[in-house]
Amino acid sequence: MHKNLLLGVEAIGQGAIDGGISGVYAYPGTPSTEITEYIQANEITKEKGIRSKWSANEKTAYEAALGMSYAGKRTMVCMKHVGLNVAADAFMNSAITGINGGMVVTVADDPSMHSSQNEQDSRFYAKFAMIPVLEPTNQQEAYEMTREGFQLSEDLGVPVMVRITTRLAHSRAGIKRKEVIAENDLILPSNPSQFVLLPAIARKQYKGLLDKQYLFEQASEDSKYNSFTKGTDKSLGIIACGITHNYLAENYKDDECPYSILKLSQYPIPGKLLAKFEDCCEEVLVLEDGYPIVEEAVKGIFKKDMKVSGRLTGALPRDGELNADLVALSLGKEVEKTVSIPEIVTNRPPALCQGCGHMDMYDALNEAVNVYSKGRVFSDIGCYTLGALPPYKSIYSCVDMGASITMAKGASDAGLIPAIAVIGDSTFTHSGITGLLDAINDKANVVIVISDNEAVSMTGGQESSAVGKIESICEGVGVDPAHIRVETPMRKNHDKMVQIFNEEIAYDGVSVIIFRRDCIQVLAKRKKIKPVSLK
Amino acid sequence: MKVDIILAGVGGQGILSIASIIGDAVLSENLFLKQAETHGMSQRGGAVVSHLRISDSEIASDLIPTGSADLIISVEPMESLRYLPFLSSNGYLVTNTTPFENIVNYPDINDIIAEVKKQPHFVAIDADKIAADLGNKRVSNVVILGAATPFIKITPEKIEAGIKRIFGRKGDKIVELNLKAFKAGLEFALKNS
Ligand SMILES: Cc1ncc(C[n+]2csc(CCOP(=O)(O)OP(=O)(O)O)c2C)c(N)n1
Repeated sequence: MHKNLLLGVEAIGQGAIDGGISGVYAYPGTPSTEITEYIQANEITKEKGIRSKWSANEKTAYEAALGMSYAGKRTMVCMKHVGLNVAADAFMNSAITGINGGMVVTVADDPSMHSSQNEQDSRFYAKFAMIPVLEPTNQQEAYEMTREGFQLSEDLGVPVMVRITTRLAHSRAGIKRKEVIAENDLILPSNPSQFVLLPAIARKQYKGLLDKQYLFEQASEDSKYNSFTKGTDKSLGIIACGITHNYLAENYKDDECPYSILKLSQYPIPGKLLAKFEDCCEEVLVLEDGYPIVEEAVKGIFKKDMKVSGRLTGALPRDGELNADLVALSLGKEVEKTVSIPEIVTNRPPALCQGCGHMDMYDALNEAVNVYSKGRVFSDIGCYTLGALPPYKSIYSCVDMGASITMAKGASDAGLIPAIAVIGDSTFTHSGITGLLDAINDKANVVIVISDNEAVSMTGGQESSAVGKIESICEGVGVDPAHIRVETPMRKNHDKMVQIFNEEIAYDGVSVIIFRRDCIQVLAKRKKIKPVSLK
Repeated sequence: MKVDIILAGVGGQGILSIASIIGDAVLSENLFLKQAETHGMSQRGGAVVSHLRISDSEIASDLIPTGSADLIISVEPMESLRYLPFLSSNGYLVTNTTPFENIVNYPDINDIIAEVKKQPHFVAIDADKIAADLGNKRVSNVVILGAATPFIKITPEKIEAGIKRIFGRKGDKIVELNLKAFKAGLEFALKNS
């Protein structure tokens, strides 16, 4: 049984390599990051010269992937669920342009928000764009679906989504590999206006997308990943989407499940298969790790008036990740009685690492703004978001990447002065530059701190697009060079840093303060010393 | 045959190296394995857990259902208690007794150890001290792995082979040190469980 032990994300990376990609495009984001890292580190990538460097954000990644597809090559773009919001314009329209070379859009959702701001379900986006989705049950399916996804995309003429959740992304299992498919040749689309979405052309293309829907559904009917298992007990039928099929199986380890089961791992929902399932049950339970999307949809598809339960009816929790225990309860099965966590156990939230420059930044910031009323510091997404927790409690917002600068500007426009933004280097180049331009054009009175650790640290220390470019970007956008301040965030520079804050808060205009020091984790990796977490 | 193991610790303590040694041993035994890990935000000094499932038949869920783990292996005493709801009534708790205090409100360690000792089946081992006595505190992980081995249903020889393969590229000295750490943990458990 010689198998490779791979994480779900690594299985996807291997699937893409073996599926014949010429390039992968991505911006890091838990739980999707390791897909691209796996491809970057792979021997075949080096041999074949598969393109794999990080992009500045998910939108640029998506568009570059679409360009590679235009040129006839197979490509994958990866992101976390909220990354698809950033790429949404390109995503929605790419369903209408269609593809040339096979294109797989891999999105990793994070139900229970282990490392995210929300738990949106990317299957909704796929339905919105009207493209097929592959939702693997396990690591082997993740590998095979990705590998075969490029062919499916070429057969159907649209990008195909592979949707996973954190649990599958970060769980390891043995994978059986298949042969490597050769890369496509460079070949342009046969229709030169395919990608020109002028209204007249877009209308035609959109009709084409609508006309193809039955093909997508037929692909789901024929998919080996969807299956119907007839049960002996007609009182209930179970639809198990993606990974939830495992939770169902976990509950029937020792005995056969008496109910009919529809295993659903490819969308759109296959109508004929669903009808067959419908004939074999009187009531339906829907298991899905995400929003109640299938639960809502099937109600409109069933011919008979059928009771459908799931997350909407309270049979399962409305939010959070599912597991075998929750599925057991929804089936009326008993779960093992367990002891509770002893009261003495306290929470251990993540914390900034000892030796992290963000700490010195917050120490100085707190001292400088303590003379004003609270609630003036807008922040962003990255390690520095931990500044919301004690002992710092410095920041009052964390919404979406780049929002610190624009929200500070809006609050300042409203009269909240001083208004301060705290943003990381990678977040700045991801989505901060355009906001800075707005602030400049509007002569806003804001202080923008770029807490620059020269890496994308929250997601594991990837290379930041911002390295070596921040001052020139700020100048280029129009920040007065006298108000671009650079300092090293260290204990011994504390007074200087507070002084810089005071001076720039006093300035009526756009100030950018760059506090630059290497991420301690990245430094440690380079020097191979082990950092410790702070008390 | 099935063994369900919860591996617990704090981000950065390296519970995943324990997992990879067991994983290596499992694959050489032609068994099935699933191992769910914690990546992302919690790796910054937060509580981290890995669910490691071993079986001679196909494994369904990546997560261990509550009340059914055979074993909790923890490199940190308070973390060992956090996952008690997963432990089956005849399961074993194997934990390091040296606390990792990176929070201001860390409870009194004596209360923590008292709680550990309330468990029907436990091994409480000062792995940090044993590792330090062997010359390197960093191998305390492997001391704990040794202490857990009597309950993993894989022979110590297979796990030693895993250690050799995993640490092989780091040189003979490192392999030796880890084997010593492993044996020290194993001996302790055989005497104290
Ligand atoms: C749209 C979007 N993409 C990706 C992420 C994942 N993400 C969260 S923080 C972060 C890194 C930010 O890096 P930087 O701003 O340099 O801060 P650092 O963590 O290095 O302090 C990333 C990629 C996200 N939350 N949202």
